[in-house]
Amino acid sequence: MFIVIGFMLAGIAAGYLLRRCRVRGLSQAVTALIWLLLFLLGWEVGSNRQLMAALPRLGGEALLLSTAGTLGSVLAAWALWTVMRRKAGKGGGR
Amino acid sequence: MKGSLIIVGFFLLGMGAGRWCGLPSDWPLADVSFITLCALMACVGFSVGHDPDTLARFRALNPGLALLPLCTIVGTLAGCAAASLLTPHSAAEGMAVGAGFGYYSLSSILITGSKGAALGTVALISNIIREIITLLCAPLLARWFGTLAPIAAGGATTADTTLPVIIRSSGNDMAVVSIYHGFVVDFSVPFLVTFLCSL
Repeated sequence: MFIVIGFMLAGIAAGYLLRRCRVRGLSQAVTALIWLLLFLLGWEVGSNRQLMAALPRLGGEALLLSTAGTLGSVLAAWALWTVMRRKAGKGGGR
Repeated sequence: MKGSLIIVGFFLLGMGAGRWCGLPSDWPLADVSFITLCALMACVGFSVGHDPDTLARFRALNPGLALLPLCTIVGTLAGCAAASLLTPHSAAEGMAVGAGFGYYSLSSILITGSKGAALGTVALISNIIREIITLLCAPLLARWFGTLAPIAAGGATTADTTLPVIIRSSGNDMAVVSIYHGFVVDFSVPFLVTFLCSL
């Protein structure tokens, strides 16, 4: 993970140094890379026979737990967001 | 929505390719994924650094955001404890699965070690699904549950894999919060999973 973050920090530095230049096509590049990454993740799952065989048996439980866990965290974040906005109230800031 | 469908399409396409072609042994898939991720992060970093307003927006951030990782952890464990009632697993086992927060490699290894391969596989699939839910639903989550929701959903992955989609749906100024959140939740995974498996 530290290598990945290092790449991002390098990107931030490069972006900051080049902030006066106009750069085109960056968001298209990000989109294409996200597609590629998801394709590769799918490939990894699809080529793992144990995982594919286990999918129908254990997938239901996994889906239930991940959905409930994600929902719980999202609701907690929504509560924090609501409290913060109420406090910010008149200030209008985030 | 169209963007999400295209992403699902690419994921399914990849699954099909993996299913029928297998894993070419001379082609290091994990390395290619990693390089792609690094390239993606460099591009995302570039767009953050390139935006002159980023620093100003960062200074205007609310200190209450420091509590976001705690919300993610408590909310996830509560949701998983409730859902475990519908499965053959105990509440502690359900929470141990949830405590991977999308960090599927580490949590599934830890759980397989202390609870067996079945629960380990559930943890692997469940945490992959969590990452996929975040990647696919980040825009919807932001619209329905506020700007912080995609970050909470991303769990331990918000400092790397899910950061690009989070920035896209919550805004560039949330990049710092997302990275901070990813770090804190990430470090909690080994401790929480080990603790919950020992119950």
